[in-house]
Amino acid sequence: MARIGVVTFPGSLDDRDAARAITVAGGEPVPLWHKDRSLAGVDAVVLPGGFSYGDYLRCGAIARFAPVMEMIIDGAQGGLPVLGICNGFQILCETHLLPGALTRNDSLHFVCRDQRLRIDSTSTPWTSDYALGQEIVVPLKNGEGGYVADERTLDELEAEGRVVARYLEVNPNGSRRDIAGISNAAGNVVGLMPHPEHAVEPLTGPSTDGLAFFTSILTRLARA
Amino acid sequence: MSFDTVDNARHTPDEDQPWAELGLKEDEYQRIREILGRRPSSSELAMYSVMWSEHCSYKSSKVHLRQFGEKQTEAAKESLLVGIGENAGVVDIGDGWAVTFKVESHNHPSYVEPYQGAATGVGGIVRDILTMGARPIAVMDPLRFGPADAPDTRRVLPGVVAGIGGYGNCLGLPNIGGEVVFDESYAGNPLVNALCVGSLRHDEIKLAKATGVGNLVVLFGAKTGGDGIGGVSVLASETFDADKPSKRPSVQVGDPFTEKLLIECCLEIFAEDLVVGIQDLGGAGISCATSEMASAGTGGMHVVLDRVPLRDPTLSPEEILMSESQERMCAVVEPAKLDRFMGICQRWDITATVIGEVTDTDRLVIEWHSETVVDVPPRTVAHEGPVYQRPYGRPADQDARQADAPTAQRLVRPTTSVELRDTLLRLVSSPNLAAKGWVTSQYDKYVQGNTVLAQPEDAGVVRVDEKTGRGVAISTDANGRFTKLDPYAGAQLALAEAYRNVAATGAKPLAVTNCLNFGSPEDPAVMWQFAEAVRGLADACEALDVPVTGGNVSFYNQTGEVAILPTPVVGVLGVIDDVARRTPMALGPEGESVLLVGETRDELGGSEWAHVVHGHLGGLPPTVDLQRERQLAEILVAGSRDGMLTAAHDVSEGGVALALVEMALRGGRGARVVLPDDVDPFVALFSESTGRAVVVVPRSEELRFTDMCVARHVPVARVGVVDGVGDQAELAVQGQFSVSLAQLRTASEATLPALFGPSVG
Amino acid sequence: MARVVVDVMLKPEILDPQGQAVQGALSRLGFTGVSSVRQGKRFEIELDGDLDDATRARVEELAGTLLANTVIEDYRVRVED
Repeated sequence: MARIGVVTFPGSLDDRDAARAITVAGGEPVPLWHKDRSLAGVDAVVLPGGFSYGDYLRCGAIARFAPVMEMIIDGAQGGLPVLGICNGFQILCETHLLPGALTRNDSLHFVCRDQRLRIDSTSTPWTSDYALGQEIVVPLKNGEGGYVADERTLDELEAEGRVVARYLEVNPNGSRRDIAGISNAAGNVVGLMPHPEHAVEPLTGPSTDGLAFFTSILTRLARA
Repeated sequence: MSFDTVDNARHTPDEDQPWAELGLKEDEYQRIREILGRRPSSSELAMYSVMWSEHCSYKSSKVHLRQFGEKQTEAAKESLLVGIGENAGVVDIGDGWAVTFKVESHNHPSYVEPYQGAATGVGGIVRDILTMGARPIAVMDPLRFGPADAPDTRRVLPGVVAGIGGYGNCLGLPNIGGEVVFDESYAGNPLVNALCVGSLRHDEIKLAKATGVGNLVVLFGAKTGGDGIGGVSVLASETFDADKPSKRPSVQVGDPFTEKLLIECCLEIFAEDLVVGIQDLGGAGISCATSEMASAGTGGMHVVLDRVPLRDPTLSPEEILMSESQERMCAVVEPAKLDRFMGICQRWDITATVIGEVTDTDRLVIEWHSETVVDVPPRTVAHEGPVYQRPYGRPADQDARQADAPTAQRLVRPTTSVELRDTLLRLVSSPNLAAKGWVTSQYDKYVQGNTVLAQPEDAGVVRVDEKTGRGVAISTDANGRFTKLDPYAGAQLALAEAYRNVAATGAKPLAVTNCLNFGSPEDPAVMWQFAEAVRGLADACEALDVPVTGGNVSFYNQTGEVAILPTPVVGVLGVIDDVARRTPMALGPEGESVLLVGETRDELGGSEWAHVVHGHLGGLPPTVDLQRERQLAEILVAGSRDGMLTAAHDVSEGGVALALVEMALRGGRGARVVLPDDVDPFVALFSESTGRAVVVVPRSEELRFTDMCVARHVPVARVGVVDGVGDQAELAVQGQFSVSLAQLRTASEATLPALFGPSVG
Repeated sequence: MARVVVDVMLKPEILDPQGQAVQGALSRLGFTGVSSVRQGKRFEIELDGDLDDATRARVEELAGTLLANTVIEDYRVRVED
């Protein structure tokens, strides 16, 4: 069974939900502690949502320097699939594994809503189980979710097909070009603001549309 | 630096002490002298003044609150694992699972500093739950503000909501329900009540006792600073005076990140069974934790105050004892287990320090700079505070108010279809009934992945056991207007509504908590309201066989002479065997039958209609019928469990009309409604009679469901059928009017954003 | 004992909704003639010893990697006596 690491930083909140989503998808979640200096041989890593270090200084700014992140940055540069959800996306931007940054929502309010998204890239190991252009509904919950980058970077992301997901109907945080998620050039590192791990069970989520993020990686790993 | 010691107190018996400034009465000061056989040291005086304040000692309410225990039935006691008196009550929910829940107030601090007042209110109640050995799993917040369009409401409400969200979201606790109510009596005295529920296995319950001579007292969590010094005795034991400049004592400032670490740290400590007793530090800080734990335990404690880690090195011993710095806990640990305890704290970077040990001297002795500054019998501080028999009497204007009933002669009622339609839209858009998304979208309801139903549903439902689906439902309700008209009935109506809301989701009501918000206990009219409300609530709990597990009293909610509406908030918790069977409130699918269960009478006293359209408060509130509530609950729970119900929604403020609108908007579906012939249309739509619910059943289940109601002698009538999907669907009341979902949605959802700013929620 | 102050501001091209909210509040309080408000952060770092070149360089480095996110923020380091 494929083993997917889920990192817990002080203040991480959705680590247990990410682990649950991996289990529901059919994988084995492996808890990774922020102070670990080894990745326990996992096949992929999820950086979950939450308020690591209370979001102090900047979201993800302190978590980015955790010992476990050294291994993850190394691994990612060597092709290890990494999915950063919400706070995880913020950490990936702070490490510069992904370009741009996440800033305070333009409304200045924290917002929790069921958000409609469009999957704009299915060539990453985290989105291959979706159909290109598929519309999904997944919970969004953040106070600092506004994606910003300079025009050159934004054009590059678009031109290279690295915008992974976009907000539909409502842009909840002022993200440039309605970007909800992006990937690195190699495609193995994906950052996503909304929470697919909260949309894997009909009982507790607005849909099960989020499950494919977790089945995609298992499909990809099974093939490898 | 010189400071007052016990020794010094012995040698200077006639020294003048500022007992009045600290909030003590002359007779209370004399009693302290009698207890100690000398004058108290300055530290002891600080300790007694804070612990004997209204907020900590419940001195005005104790004699009345006794009824909650006295009137508890045997049946009610069955599900109680821990009763009143501990930090929170613990209820057995079956399968070896238990839950602990409580609601508390943080009213005055929220007026002074809305964000931090509300944030630290959440922090405090979460620690109360954690202290029982439970993992906190959800929060809810009943909130009350002045008029929605008042400038000060624009200052207070956004800050309070941001504070609750800022703290609760960072802790990773889903916010699953609550209330937002506006009334002019709360201007200047907003009510910020915070509820938390936690889950645990039966054998994981922890209590706040310091037992075992030689066991170590460990203070852990945040460092101690000058937060809220005097906050407890000063703020919560006095009212705001409109003439004096506004009070600005130091408020408590919260750090949710530290509390999140504290939660994880404590749960690991509990899992390894490393504590003998544990207490959180809330109002009155170290004074409270040490005296309560010593009093409840073996009887004695010795503490060296110098060991308390400080953020501010200039604090005096009195200030350290009174500090209300947040995110602190106090545990009693056997020496053999200390290393492991400290190791876990270190893993989570939590400061932990041994500050003392348990003794058998029956005294709480505290040293500072090698001198004894406190030497008291802990029981006298924590559990033998003053008990007042405050005078109370029915106010002179009560009869006149009750006689001023909202009859058709007294208040003009809508009679034509156009008038009825306009009344509906007016109520739908009124601040108390309008959609609350502006507030609730600032709260995370998804974290932990166990939320099955959240606002605006009737109750918040969370799954406790992922394997079996066992879960709990919670609702909080109160109606200040009903309570003003008749405090005894008003409290009962709050319980009835919360009880009904829990049952509407398919959960069996099991236990009660309460937060009693009232004006000054020194006003006999207010005290009468309090006495009647407590009596009403205790009697109602007895009739329904549900125990009060604990709660909170908040007095002095008044500005000058004007008290708030008496507002007893009642929280009911119920259990559901399998959350997959819960009953949501949304209308649908098309063609299913809409039924009204219960009886409708002409009861508009204290109603939303009387308030919104006529600004009128008079007459009597709707009749309470607890037997009917019990039958209705049985029907709703059985209907849910046996798969008969597609949806259910309790009927309360705004009557059947609002219930239908809320169900329609939730489901994005319309309905064709037929009002009963034998009731005036206005009454049928807007009366607030109790013991009613609107349910949606598939045609195939209608007979079975109806038979179940008939067997219990509960009236049930078909009032319509689900019809239409999407924004162009309509709520069509046959022979009267129809209104589109689009128009209803706009009326409902535009109100709060127009007042408080745009919302993407 | 040296004290180093690091001021961090959002780059001019980055949207600053907090600054905008403050500007709105100033105007509601009757303070007119404000064309812009930007909100930033100030870090006050007290050092045990004196500030030598090596330490100064280290502070600059940390300012650019930890205290400021140079993707969206500018920073300035000053020494206070």
